[in-house]
Amino acid sequence: MKRFLSIALLLTLFLAACAPSTPVATQPPARHTLTVFAAASLTDAFGEMGKNFEAANPGVAVTFNFAGSQSLRTQIEQGAPVDVFASASGKEMDALVASQFAADGTSQIFLTNKLVVILPANNPAGLQTLEDLAKSGVKLVLAAEEVPVGNYARQALDKMNGSFGADFKDKVLANVVSNEDNVKQVVAKVQLGEADAGIVYTSDAIAAPDLKSIEIPADLNVIARYPIAALTKSENADLAAAFIAYVLSPEGQAILAKWGFGPIQ
Amino acid sequence: MQISRLSFSMSRLKKTANQLFTDGRLNWVFIIPSAILLALFWIPFLALLLRSFNSEFFQLALSEQALKALRLSLFTSTITTIATVIFGTPLAYMLAHWRIRFKSWVELLIDLPIVLPPSVAGLTLLIAFGRNGLFGPLLGLFGVTLPFTTAAVVIAQTFVASPLYIRSARVGFAEIDKQLEEAALVEGANQWQLFAHVMLPLAGRALVSGAILTWTRALGEFGATILFAGNLEGVTQTMPMAIYLGFERNLGIALALSVVLVFVSILLLTLTKRLEKRE
Repeated sequence: MKRFLSIALLLTLFLAACAPSTPVATQPPARHTLTVFAAASLTDAFGEMGKNFEAANPGVAVTFNFAGSQSLRTQIEQGAPVDVFASASGKEMDALVASQFAADGTSQIFLTNKLVVILPANNPAGLQTLEDLAKSGVKLVLAAEEVPVGNYARQALDKMNGSFGADFKDKVLANVVSNEDNVKQVVAKVQLGEADAGIVYTSDAIAAPDLKSIEIPADLNVIARYPIAALTKSENADLAAAFIAYVLSPEGQAILAKWGFGPIQ
Repeated sequence: MQISRLSFSMSRLKKTANQLFTDGRLNWVFIIPSAILLALFWIPFLALLLRSFNSEFFQLALSEQALKALRLSLFTSTITTIATVIFGTPLAYMLAHWRIRFKSWVELLIDLPIVLPPSVAGLTLLIAFGRNGLFGPLLGLFGVTLPFTTAAVVIAQTFVASPLYIRSARVGFAEIDKQLEEAALVEGANQWQLFAHVMLPLAGRALVSGAILTWTRALGEFGATILFAGNLEGVTQTMPMAIYLGFERNLGIALALSVVLVFVSILLLTLTKRLEKRE
């Protein structure tokens, strides 16, 4: 017991002696952190914009959380401290407006995106056309129906029913081997060659140049419109507004175009 | 002079502290930290029960998606446990009773999956047994592709959960009195008889409690499974996965499934406690 006490005392003294001094010594003055929750498909483009924004605003650090928009929406609803939300679908933004995490009428569409079929470079299933997706035995990976891109993919399959026969969608969905939680996981499974095909955004195909792709013609494609908004509980309203302005500026739009996103229509 | 004064005050401090402990007045030094940690364990379960028990609970817990996930979880974790006992018992026996070169390295490799993040486990399984993995082409020759199958779920669970059984069984075998072993050998028992008639019955309890631990862990496996086996209702979507995905879609299902999983785990843990006590 004596030894325990003296050790405890020494430990307390030690902690008391070093605890306050270290953080004070390393902390630069008045640093602001802007927290941005963004759809997984924005990973590369927003990563680049974040660096530029930090360079243009000394003392500001931008932290990103990239995931499926439906994941991010849930995290925000559960009280995650967020300044800006960029969603891959209007549905998630509308839900946040309804629950008053975002003010009505403040969200703005900042880009468009469309779908493409991606294949591993060696194309193990020998897919040539969209219709080949319905061939039996094709291992297709989609995002889950609740993920924006998974929802868009199913909408596109609905449209394809009109061109390729009424049971086309059912046949394709029967080939699905996994419903992933965000678009980047679909890309990863195809990149690893575990899946024969995946349906993702054109921007993802551009970010992964080692993959083959099959274009989806405009009349069968679905246009995704991404909204962005500052959140009502943000404590960095000015910074949040500045970041959104940067995303909408010609420079921000040029970066988005570089990563394969379409302009605001 | 200063040092002597410090040591003087230290000894006085110790004396008073001793006094206080004998009085029982310092017992809070033990009670308060314990209470804080226990609160950390228990408050989340309390919150879970309060949030999930409502009129919709049974409807959600018995929904088709929930039942499919429950069925798949029970099926895969049972297969995992059976496979672990079949392959793990000989291994644990060897580790406990044989002289093996580099034994500590073998043991370290077995313990590794226990401490590794499951995401690392899933990634390594994918690059080892995936279609383009190290052994994927070899498996492909036999027409076997593992990722996205129920078999992949079992492999992921076995990778993560079987070390718990092997550990428990190894200790169970090692604790058996050396004299018993020698007596059996003097009586003319061969290695197999020694194992089957002496060692196995004596280590029985350790084996069963180890198997239950493995079963519980397999039931909760998530990270390795989602990477290696993917997510498809009825094929690879186990309960933990349905809970994780339900969190974003239907919080009610996630909560109901969590409650089911908590109760199954409590049941299994009580069973292991019982087995340990009877010794």
